[in-house]
Amino acid sequence: MHSDTMFIAIAGNPNAGKTTAFNKYTGARQHVGNYPGITVEKKEGQTMLHGKQISLIDLPGTYSLTAYSLEEVVARKVLAEEKPGAVLNVLNAGVLERNLYLTVQLLEMGMPVAIALNMMDEARNQGLQINAVRLAELIGVPVVSTVARTGEGLETALEAAVTLAMQPTRPAPLVISYGQDVDEALLAMTPIIEEHQFLTTHYPARWIALKYLEHDEDILRQGLAANKEISDLLSAKVSTCAKHLEATLRTYPEAVIADYRYGYIASLLRQGVIADTRNQQNRIAYSDKMDRVLTHQIFGPLLMLGVLYAMYFITFKLGEYPAEWLGVAFEWLRGVADAALPEGPFKSLLLSGIIDGVGGVLGFVPLIMIMFLLIAMLEDSGYMARVAYMMDRVFRFFGLHGASVMPFIISGGIAGGCAVPGIMAARTLRSPRKRLATILTAPFMTCGAKLPVFLLFVGIFFEKNQTLVMFMLSLTGWAVALLTARLLRSSLIKGEATPFVMELPPYRLPTLSGVVIHTWERIWEYMRKAGTVILAISVLLWAGMTYPGISDEAAATFTSKRTAIEATMPEGDARKDALFAVSAEEASAALRASAAGRIGTFLEPITAPAGFDWKTNIALIAGIAAKEVVISTLGTAYSLGEVDPEENTTLADRIRNDSNWTKANAVALLLFTLLYSPCLVTLVVIKQETGSWRWSAFSFFFNLGLAFLVAVAANQILLLAAR
Amino acid sequence: MTTPVSLRTLQAGQAATIATVGAAGELGRRIRDMGLVPGAQVEVVGRAPLKDPVALRIKGFTLTLRNNEADFITVIPEQKE
Repeated sequence: MHSDTMFIAIAGNPNAGKTTAFNKYTGARQHVGNYPGITVEKKEGQTMLHGKQISLIDLPGTYSLTAYSLEEVVARKVLAEEKPGAVLNVLNAGVLERNLYLTVQLLEMGMPVAIALNMMDEARNQGLQINAVRLAELIGVPVVSTVARTGEGLETALEAAVTLAMQPTRPAPLVISYGQDVDEALLAMTPIIEEHQFLTTHYPARWIALKYLEHDEDILRQGLAANKEISDLLSAKVSTCAKHLEATLRTYPEAVIADYRYGYIASLLRQGVIADTRNQQNRIAYSDKMDRVLTHQIFGPLLMLGVLYAMYFITFKLGEYPAEWLGVAFEWLRGVADAALPEGPFKSLLLSGIIDGVGGVLGFVPLIMIMFLLIAMLEDSGYMARVAYMMDRVFRFFGLHGASVMPFIISGGIAGGCAVPGIMAARTLRSPRKRLATILTAPFMTCGAKLPVFLLFVGIFFEKNQTLVMFMLSLTGWAVALLTARLLRSSLIKGEATPFVMELPPYRLPTLSGVVIHTWERIWEYMRKAGTVILAISVLLWAGMTYPGISDEAAATFTSKRTAIEATMPEGDARKDALFAVSAEEASAALRASAAGRIGTFLEPITAPAGFDWKTNIALIAGIAAKEVVISTLGTAYSLGEVDPEENTTLADRIRNDSNWTKANAVALLLFTLLYSPCLVTLVVIKQETGSWRWSAFSFFFNLGLAFLVAVAANQILLLAAR
Repeated sequence: MTTPVSLRTLQAGQAATIATVGAAGELGRRIRDMGLVPGAQVEVVGRAPLKDPVALRIKGFTLTLRNNEADFITVIPEQKE
């Protein structure tokens, strides 16, 4: 696969500067994708060293190589199956002991490892002296001091890795002692593995034995699939060893192995590698001081609210400008096409299907872009981890993660957000189940497109308490999202809570190198994958709202009405109004005769308990394309012509004077709009982020069903109360 | 030598040495991966606004874990001078 070019993998702990190094090496020559079927990012890139092309892969940041998380499984899979020529292991020099834990595991796997001892500037400033030469001697691999931020030492580090990769033979796996009991078990198991070449194409024999002792689910699964007999034999040896350890030391193999690994590292470091002359002025102390305020019992949450609000404000206020320019550009395009083309279905398709569809796709791009940049900054700075830390207690109750707060806020937790960037913001969550629960519940928030519907109906039916009712709607969104999350986490996405155990990295100034490229890749992916699907479906929806349309006779009636007006009325405003009224009536009739209209009419008996007639039904069906069009479709259905969602006084008057509208079904509509199916773009983004249409379908049907139940309940209760 | 107590009982600013890690499975693995092994020195840096999770200093970095996760770890508190 990588036979013609040299292939080097970059591995390391999260927050060790691994990605910074990768960005320095590759610059713009990188590509971010996903590993097949899962949401872990795959970053690949190219770099040149002395005229030679080198392929780099930035493995996901991991603390270990057990099968604890998807990241670890992925990292291990790349190492075992793609067999990089060498691994460049980036270490945070300030946290050497813990970082070496991964290094030891890489060496146990028999990988050729070169160490980049990174963040040496920070370590030096902390008064930490590390003897790189001594470390290299003791651990037996090349060690290069680096500062990835400035690029210091990076070339030398890569050279070291390349030199290793050019060796004809791979190094022997590191063998350390794990104490008498485990060592004996390893000795008994290794020959069996070797003899039967059990999984040995990918892994060293002793390592496989070690993984059996660690009860590594991934390897056990592979082993069972490869040769059940041998696997059972190994498992039997493991359980003998485990029983013995339990009986004599009241511990188990996995714990013993970890203890010995750390013991090995501690003994390395004691042999003159590290001289700790840290004073109180180090970065961690500095970070601690900041934390005293930023995670303070009272100021912490207050400041966090401020930061979250700022995130929201910047995303949507700043996003307004490019969105406006896009709007103007598309309005212009629409005008040109409108003037250039003859009336007819093709023009309608181009204007309402394609141009509006493309405009709809592109309209989200500025929001996504700003959101990704801001989140990258929050993550890089170390603040995101603090948000998770402070919010954990609250969100844990609902089966979510402290970091779920960010997607919720962006989706409309502060009314006016948008679920599209919101759902994408859930990428910051590492635990797959919590992430899924967040993605599925974020669309309940009050997004900006639901607001015009709320404002219209709240303005009509709750004139005196507008603010209060709007606030209650927002709160309902939160309550439903959190309770649904709790429900999902105890049913469909059940699973033992993943441990919270998390690093609070020291505060650092975010480096934006790489973030821009990364953001651009994400947007391109959205436009390419989501965009095409969205466009196709919006054309379908356009057809559904247009065809089959009214019969020729009906159309002829409208034409004759128009001719009659033109013949009898003098030219002037009155005639114009009369003609407009006929067109609006025709548009309403056409809408009712369209597929969507027929479905809306057909559904009338079903939606009657919620108090929705066919007009409301059509508007809500149209709203699945984008919630923005609920109002304008309602306007068409009421024969008012095109209604501007912001300027809807005529529609408001019509509804106010329509005896079919009561407070009861208005509340039902408000709640239904808040909770029902996410819009088309959101559904597509759910597919993109979860990797499965199943979750989009779930979101569609579940939210629809829930919204319907709530709407019926609200309507019936209020009707009873009004009696 | 004092008897080990639960990590949960430590006050902010208090230092201790880990005596045992009782967690098995995924949690145990995760705890050990982060360097919380017997013999390691820890210090409670602080607690979240709702008193849970707890932030610890260990091996030169800061780690957070929930109180119910800390329950699996026993420590020997350092004697205050």
